[in-house]
Amino acid sequence: MLQRIRGALGRGALDGAEAGRLRAQLADPPANRTPAGSRGSPETLLRRFVAKLRGVSASVDGVAALAELPVALERYLAADGLPRRIRVAPHPELLGLPWSTAGLEAGYGPAGDADAVGVSRAYAGVAESGTLLLCSGPESPTTLNFLPDTHVVVLATSELEGSYEAVWRRLRAAGEPRAFLPRTVNWITGPSRTADIEQTLQMGIHGPRRLHVVLVGEGLQEACAEA
Amino acid sequence: MQPRCRDFPANVRAALADAPLQAALAKTAGGFPKKRLQGIATLPEFELMRDRATAIREHVLDHLDFYLEEFAERVEATGGQVHWCADAEAARAAVLGICQAAGARTVTKGKSMIGEEIAINDHLERHGIRPVETDLGEYIIQLRGETPSHIVAPAIHVSQAQVAETFRAHHRGLPPGRPLETPRQLLTEARETLRREFLAADVGITGANLLVAETGTSLIVTNEGNGDLTQTLPRVHIVLASIEKLVPTLEDATTVLRVLPRSITGQEMTVYTTFSSGPRRPGDPDGPEQFHVVLLDNGRSELLGGELRAILRCIRCGACLGHCPIWSNVGGHAYGWIYSGPMGAALTPALLGLPEAWHLPQASTLCGRCEAVCPVRIPIPQLLRRWRARAWSAGKPPGVARPLLRAWAWLARRPRLYHRLSNLAARVLARLGRGGALRSLPGAGGWCRSRDLPAPEGRTFLAQWQARRGGRE
Repeated sequence: MLQRIRGALGRGALDGAEAGRLRAQLADPPANRTPAGSRGSPETLLRRFVAKLRGVSASVDGVAALAELPVALERYLAADGLPRRIRVAPHPELLGLPWSTAGLEAGYGPAGDADAVGVSRAYAGVAESGTLLLCSGPESPTTLNFLPDTHVVVLATSELEGSYEAVWRRLRAAGEPRAFLPRTVNWITGPSRTADIEQTLQMGIHGPRRLHVVLVGEGLQEACAEA
Repeated sequence: MQPRCRDFPANVRAALADAPLQAALAKTAGGFPKKRLQGIATLPEFELMRDRATAIREHVLDHLDFYLEEFAERVEATGGQVHWCADAEAARAAVLGICQAAGARTVTKGKSMIGEEIAINDHLERHGIRPVETDLGEYIIQLRGETPSHIVAPAIHVSQAQVAETFRAHHRGLPPGRPLETPRQLLTEARETLRREFLAADVGITGANLLVAETGTSLIVTNEGNGDLTQTLPRVHIVLASIEKLVPTLEDATTVLRVLPRSITGQEMTVYTTFSSGPRRPGDPDGPEQFHVVLLDNGRSELLGGELRAILRCIRCGACLGHCPIWSNVGGHAYGWIYSGPMGAALTPALLGLPEAWHLPQASTLCGRCEAVCPVRIPIPQLLRRWRARAWSAGKPPGVARPLLRAWAWLARRPRLYHRLSNLAARVLARLGRGGALRSLPGAGGWCRSRDLPAPEGRTFLAQWQARRGGRE
């Protein structure tokens, strides 16, 4: 096949210098021109992120510290009449939380068909489009993102980035060139939807019907307040 | 699917006479331009990103052999396997081999145009393996025994009432009297039915919107989440992709993703954009144990060096379909195979040959809207003209059209005579129509059967232009 391609392009294999130059760009990609919508102060990005999340039909809550997560989550589930049994990612920050004190029944690990509420720990958020970025791994089962009817995603405000490119940079810095990605990287922008029946938008086909984002950080009251 | 592109003229007549299809198109097709405008309004740098995406895709085509090797090397380094397939038959054999080795009985499928191109469902069924489409639109048309009428909205020709009928006919275990009047009820039933299939499947097959050479990653965009359940729950994940889907880096993929959903659904980003690299890693609690990428050529490499290669830049957003006056009136099935609309007319002759598909490049007014909205700026009208020239050399169209076109060409090459004759024709037609409209005209019966021909209001454009310029000088 490669021979056929080279024949059509009217050349042989790339010479060593050209291939070396392109390979160097794969190992250390040139920076992208990012849109203005991905830039701004941390406060601007946070406000944009929250507005974009609501724009794609996600709900947003804020807590000052992770220890407050169980109570905040219980409040959200109770308000919508959702089950109190939750399936939680075995992430170190989520493992010791006082779920039962808040009246929740938590199990840790990947999701099965019977799990109605999944709780994940995001790797990053992207303010540009209100996108959550989740990486698969021992502490972050991918099934939690798709099988439960309600998906709760926990994100620290310090992990919020302006652009997708900033997240690629973080992942690259933490691993080997070209080998830094986990098996699955999920960009999630809102709950599951379809327009396949007469182009009419409907929420919740195969994935979660509800996407609820809990931001963890200081001074979130104002940013998370409903407009 | 057996191509029916040869029957294009008959297909078009049938589509125009098909009342439910016309109702469905009237209801939905007009929405695409509006959604695109809303989408690009969210990105002031949209035109710049289009330029970047175009340059990335051109760069890849120039170095396709290099990026394919780099991609394959990374896939293997992450524990995956690459299957190089020259044609549809080789790709079918590769997929079947993987499924049989896995002892598969049920295979779930995310949306894949390459799956349609190689007709993988029929092949698996013939060998006792049950393929289940999981994209809601694809699932509906699979139950109905149809092919997609739009590459992004495959069931756009099916009404809600027809979906309900189809579900009643196929979901046999459910109470016959159950209510299926609302989209919500239909969605819930599809969700529950397909959830069982996801959990039972042994192999999951997805397409790829892009392949990333930097990391050996395949990338899919969906709104439903079906592609993710397809590739996360079964033991084996197979990616079907054609060779031109590559981009060099994650940054390049990001640029393309900024223009892809905006061009079709108007979304800033699809709900689920998923990057998959290899099988599950040690310690991963879920994910497939095997990862296979089936790379299909199927005639694409032959386009690389020629005048038609720009069609290989296509990222299958579907924007050109919803902006095409032909597609918007006849839908996708009339084109007779899986790729429809302007991109289908430019690509299908390369994949099926001109004897089968020569009609499709004729099915264009060359109005240029497709090129104007293409996120990677493919000059589709120019490609269609090149196909028309090739078709002419191969004796198409046949019959009486040939001497007529030859006479036209003879005249068009003699500008003085052409202008004199067109001036004469304009005057005669204006007098016949008395400034209004002509009900009938010899030689224009096809036009006048369904509408009047507006009569010229006076002299030709060129005559007026010359008169005005003369007046100014």
